[in-house]
Amino acid sequence: MSKVMLEVKELTTKYVTRFHEDIYAVDHVSLKNEEGKSLGIAGESGCGKSTLALSLMGYYFAPLHYTSGEIIIDGRNISKMDPDDIRRTILGTEIAYIPQAAMNALNPTQKVINFIEDVIQAHNPKATKTEIYELARERFEILGLPAEVLQKYPVELSGGMKQRTVIATSVILCPKILIADEPSSALDVTSQKMVIKMLRDLMDNGFIKSMIFITHELPLLYNVTDDIMVMYAGQIVEKGTAEEVVFDPLHPYSKGLMNSIIVPESGARHVKLSAIPGVPPNLKNPPQGCHFADRCKYVQPECKAHPIDLQEIAGERAYRCIFSQDYLRKAYKNGG
Amino acid sequence: MADEKKLCLCGSGLTKIYGLGRQKCIAVDHVDFEISECEFVSIVGESGSGKTTLAKMLLGLTKPTEGEIYFQGKKRDISTLRKKKEYWKSIQAIFQDPYSSYNTFNKIDTVLLDCISMRGGRKLPHAKKIDLMEEACSFVNLKFEELTNKYPFELSGGQMQRLMIARIFILKPQILMADEPTSMIDACSRATILDMLMKLRKDIGMTIIFITHDIGLAYYISDCVYIMEHGKIIESGSAEEVILHPKEEYTRRLINDVPKIHEEWDLSSVSYA
Repeated sequence: MSKVMLEVKELTTKYVTRFHEDIYAVDHVSLKNEEGKSLGIAGESGCGKSTLALSLMGYYFAPLHYTSGEIIIDGRNISKMDPDDIRRTILGTEIAYIPQAAMNALNPTQKVINFIEDVIQAHNPKATKTEIYELARERFEILGLPAEVLQKYPVELSGGMKQRTVIATSVILCPKILIADEPSSALDVTSQKMVIKMLRDLMDNGFIKSMIFITHELPLLYNVTDDIMVMYAGQIVEKGTAEEVVFDPLHPYSKGLMNSIIVPESGARHVKLSAIPGVPPNLKNPPQGCHFADRCKYVQPECKAHPIDLQEIAGERAYRCIFSQDYLRKAYKNGG
Repeated sequence: MADEKKLCLCGSGLTKIYGLGRQKCIAVDHVDFEISECEFVSIVGESGSGKTTLAKMLLGLTKPTEGEIYFQGKKRDISTLRKKKEYWKSIQAIFQDPYSSYNTFNKIDTVLLDCISMRGGRKLPHAKKIDLMEEACSFVNLKFEELTNKYPFELSGGQMQRLMIARIFILKPQILMADEPTSMIDACSRATILDMLMKLRKDIGMTIIFITHDIGLAYYISDCVYIMEHGKIIESGSAEEVILHPKEEYTRRLINDVPKIHEEWDLSSVSYA
């Protein structure tokens, strides 16, 4: 077993609104990511995927607050550290984050190279301009970006190019973990493929040691990551390898997600798409029992009575439902 | 069956050129197409291939530089504002960004009431109007009681896009132009939106023109697919034909770019251009 790069134990974070109401967007999440592996997080809008990404960095700012749990990066517990220390010593060098609209991070009045200088000098004030230029040029060439990009202003680049520039910049200090939060959902399919190829290249060249990839596009997740976690209303409802989660989902919610996959393959035209009815619960007062109970086809009275625990089964596989796996598989076979 | 089909919208030699002289940019280049009534047509291409410009010309939002558009067999005439308004009764659109499709100052009731007035229902009794609005909302699985007295920005992206479809349901145009209606919302709500578009066609017999960059969506939903590259339509035909047996290199590339689950997704062919 290879080295564990990121370990999260029972992390809980909350948003505090103007009226001092608590919203638990990340609710007792535990995860583990080994060196050289990538972990995917799937779920619909508003299920807490992005909040989890922000929480993993350990850098909290209002309205997001830390409640409990531990984040351990390569053996070092960062959950109790001072935010300023985290920013100086963890962000960028240990853990890097690519937000959804990463391309908007580029300053329109600055050339790309000046932007990279700012990033490096924040962590290493002694770096000279020529050193930085050489490092950036070399890195960009390995990642298939022409060196001329460095001397350009962001407006001169296309959307896909900007996105790749920001990704290359955010990993320039070789972080151990890269968190990519929907890095390709604002792009068209061709640029999306380039971004994915680039993330693969980063892993293969050892510029990053492990990756967490967040998206709602399941076919994409299946092709990019080794393991998949499905999130619903702040909780992990299922985890397993990509193969298991996509082809043999256990939790009724994951099953519903898999029914929304559209791929251009023969036969896909005759598959009936089915959307999950209803809306996710309001996390201001989350339901007592299973969060998914109100939208679930197989709901029983005891689902709503008490909190449901994550059932661990063979290997790293786990799901949060009261039914046995055989019962669920049989139900899906009969009822679709 | 085939000979019974009535042509709904046709274009011949449709061209749009932006700019002049050296900065000239040919966005749409001599495009010909024929769309029959009650057909579900997809236009697929990558960013910058002229899909949206073509849509804007069909909607009458920009004037084509060259070429003609024929609507229901006759040459389309939108020379005056009155004629344009008349034309817009039969063609409507859903856009990519639901957040900027609404007037921020109008409540949802106003949005839907405007649509009723546009259909000539201005003098209907109030109770009848409410009934119409409730019917439209239930068509898209929204509850009118929850929406009334709210502003569009209080809804989520998927709900806004569904409200957009509710508008279309009231207006009942012959043609609906859907310009990437699902690219900004998540996979779950996407299935709902696609279902509703199909229901619109089945229940009302609407002609739907669906613009997308995701060839998988086009394959799933449409009868007929047009592939656009650099302003030209390079391949067209039934969805089965184009996507399962593509003739052009470009179409093959578009299909390869979409991640799949039953077949290997080949990343080695990516060239950074």
